[in-house]
Amino acid sequence: MTTALIRRTRCAQTLAQRASMYRTRATATTLPMALLALALLSGGLRAQDLAVRGDVLHTMAGAPISDGVVVIRGGRIQAVGPAASTPVPEGMTVLRAPVVVPGLIDAHTTVGLTGWSNQDQDQDQLDGSDPIQPELRALDSYNARDPLVAHLNGLGITTVHTGHAPGAVISGQSMIVKTRSGTVESALVVAEAMVCATLGDQAKASGKQSPGTRSKAAALLRQALVDARIYAEGIAHDDPAERPDRDLRKETLARVLSGELPLLVTAQRHHDIATALRMAAEFGFTLVLDGAAEAHQLLPEIKAAGVPVIPHPMMARAWGPSSPFANASFETPRLLLEAGIPMAQQSGFEDYVPKVRVLHLEAAIAGRWGLSWEDNLASITRESARLLGLGDTLGTLEPGKHGDVALFDGDPFEYTTHCLGTVIEGVVTSDGER
Amino acid sequence: MAPICRAPVKAGPALAGARAATVAGPAAGGAGLQLDHGQPWRAPAQHPSTAHAEVPVRTLLPIALAALTQLACATTGQSPPVAFTGAHLIPVSGPELDDGVLVVQDGRILAVGGPRTAIPDGARVIDVSGKVIMPGLVDTHSHIGEPWGGDQSGPLHPDARALDAINVRHPSIQRAQAGGVTIANLMPGSGHLMSGQTAYLKLRDGRTLDDLLLRDESGRALGGMKMANGTNSQDDPPFPGTRSKSAALVRELFNRALAYRAKQQRAGDDPDQAPDPDLGLEAVLEVLDGRRVVHHHTHRHDDIMTVLRLREEFGFRLVLQHASEAWRVADEIAAAGVPCSVILIDSPGGKLEALDMSWQTAGILERAGVAVAMHTDDAINDSRLFLRSAAMAHRAGLSRAGALASVTLAGAAMLDLEQRTGSLEVGKDADFIVLSADPLSVYALIEQTWIDSVQVFDLSDPTDRLWATGGWGANDGPDSPAFLCCYGSAR
Repeated sequence: MTTALIRRTRCAQTLAQRASMYRTRATATTLPMALLALALLSGGLRAQDLAVRGDVLHTMAGAPISDGVVVIRGGRIQAVGPAASTPVPEGMTVLRAPVVVPGLIDAHTTVGLTGWSNQDQDQDQLDGSDPIQPELRALDSYNARDPLVAHLNGLGITTVHTGHAPGAVISGQSMIVKTRSGTVESALVVAEAMVCATLGDQAKASGKQSPGTRSKAAALLRQALVDARIYAEGIAHDDPAERPDRDLRKETLARVLSGELPLLVTAQRHHDIATALRMAAEFGFTLVLDGAAEAHQLLPEIKAAGVPVIPHPMMARAWGPSSPFANASFETPRLLLEAGIPMAQQSGFEDYVPKVRVLHLEAAIAGRWGLSWEDNLASITRESARLLGLGDTLGTLEPGKHGDVALFDGDPFEYTTHCLGTVIEGVVTSDGER
Repeated sequence: MAPICRAPVKAGPALAGARAATVAGPAAGGAGLQLDHGQPWRAPAQHPSTAHAEVPVRTLLPIALAALTQLACATTGQSPPVAFTGAHLIPVSGPELDDGVLVVQDGRILAVGGPRTAIPDGARVIDVSGKVIMPGLVDTHSHIGEPWGGDQSGPLHPDARALDAINVRHPSIQRAQAGGVTIANLMPGSGHLMSGQTAYLKLRDGRTLDDLLLRDESGRALGGMKMANGTNSQDDPPFPGTRSKSAALVRELFNRALAYRAKQQRAGDDPDQAPDPDLGLEAVLEVLDGRRVVHHHTHRHDDIMTVLRLREEFGFRLVLQHASEAWRVADEIAAAGVPCSVILIDSPGGKLEALDMSWQTAGILERAGVAVAMHTDDAINDSRLFLRSAAMAHRAGLSRAGALASVTLAGAAMLDLEQRTGSLEVGKDADFIVLSADPLSVYALIEQTWIDSVQVFDLSDPTDRLWATGGWGANDGPDSPAFLCCYGSAR
């Protein structure tokens, strides 16, 4: 018996309810529609064909639709609109819920690398042997079957930007996956998304190891980037004999310098944020600011640098005066948007409990402190997709995009609202009230 | 943060007697007890005059001094009643009321009721239409103020007192006020089988801990005993290496305390025969006598059953703390009649013992008939979001009434304070919060926190707001260093 068993019991109840309450069969209302449906049926409905109907449908690509429906075929959205005017193919399963939104997209987490039990065998987010290891790939550690991946999926999160954690100057790479179970390959969206760096207190090594100071951390990063620049020049040499041996570490950083891979820099304190901006200006890499607990002190500077921010999860602990989060604010997401700075929200990294934070439960606290409902939902759907470079395929419910949908029985941010089901590319990956 | 008319506070029986005499005197008036911060509480049902005759002669001088101070207080103004009108009232002890009236004065609730509730002449009336008023929150398990207990020298520290460690000026206490917490059980951590004595505090704005301590009529500071089992309290020797060893060490300690008492009893009035005082064993005897409730950190179902077994053997009073797998043994806990203070974490795991924790635990316990409170375990959960735990438990099956009681009256009962606080009832302490919306909604902002009818948090005050939201300077503590301020400036 596990917790999952209780959930299953409850699922069984809710499934029974859903059979009458939420799961309906589409009925053709007109003859032409029936003919159209027949035509579609002759093409055959497939596993990734599904419709989701919401009393309110938030496409995040326009105004909410009352009694709206999303039609998914082959895992991609075929049509979106009011149920009255959007035909659903005959025989297609229709899920129904009071509130339907795009599958939620976590702009930064470490789920799948930081496992459920928090024991050595499932903690692969950080290798302490070297402060600079950009060659470490996220998908070589990711466990798609970790219970926490299913936990997030069950709460409506369909896509995560996950990978190596803060805690080393460069801890490794990140990737983007769907929260479906199975292999990492079957979940993969982007294998190499960003390179993860840390500045400030969180980058410091213990004891007499380097880096022991902020300056040393910055010096190590700067030297690594200089080395990568020389390597990139060498690799481009006309004469193959003059080229250096392949070095995955430098190669990865060369891709950062070329702008191919953004550098995600976790920096909480204001002077660490300033260091990140300084180095981005110096080396010209694409910077994404992460954490940024004191971003509220440097809004004009961040805005001028044109850098997007993924603020720390709202419930990250403030601890006491010596903590990097001492001046963290529930208002940071709102202040960033008001300053015109692109912002997407995250669940972040936690080394104790909760072993994974839940994206919209964190974002909810920003909504409590003045971030508008629409901006808040955008920051975990449309804007997180954009920030991750996936604005064309994910983040809104529009034709052609992935059929990733989350179903709720109310406002997704509300404490007492339940997630009723999750759909990834037209496949129900979770159902039951959670 | 208003200035307080306060008698010179020195803990001890003499002061307690002095207060009894004071409240019996003419200054007390008829409307309610003259209570100030730092004063021991007396049950409303007990008329103070009965305590008057019991004051020993040797305490007369301090009584006189304290009485004079109190009289001075009273003449400078027994504060006028304050009436809050128009709010949705959640008394917790009874049905919710629309357009309610709450009247408080001098630390106590004078009246609670619907719109026709009489408002005393001279009352200051505060229109809080559209708001919600509920009792101040009671957090049965918190680490705000850094209340550490025992050290790493061993696994059992019944002598270590959290109250000797607490920093009342730590910003976490201000954050808890912003979260509506009015009473908290400040506990040492769980790294020992017995990590020390806990402290029950009222989260007043205090200069020293004495301003926050709750005391009984004898002046004794109220608190429980923190215990733990499972993996947190296991380590290399002298710590236990197994669960069986953990239980064996606890049994040995309890038996040692019983032997200590037997020696005391054999000695009778002969001081030469009495054992040397042992502060640790004295505290364990308080536990065995039921005068100090055990707050027992425990997660796994088998560890929970071990705690119940030890309780059966030694008869101590018990609150199960965290109780992550209590859903597996809910019927056994119900049969034992032991209350649970439950933690709610957003995801399971984080350690082996917590793999099977569930949002549904509180609801399952409620349905089994177990008394349920929630707690923050701050900094594990942020005190500013304490109501969130109740709401999330409600999401997963705890009734609305149970959820609201889980952070108020049920918690008060686990601290033996239910006669005094935890609900909006006439005669109880005026500990309450004013919210902008339903307390189980994420959008509800706690706008005001009142303790003993003194406002300790006001969201419209910029400094208080900073505690609530966080931001630049939010972790500097209630007063910043003097050298950062200018000379001659009034602060």
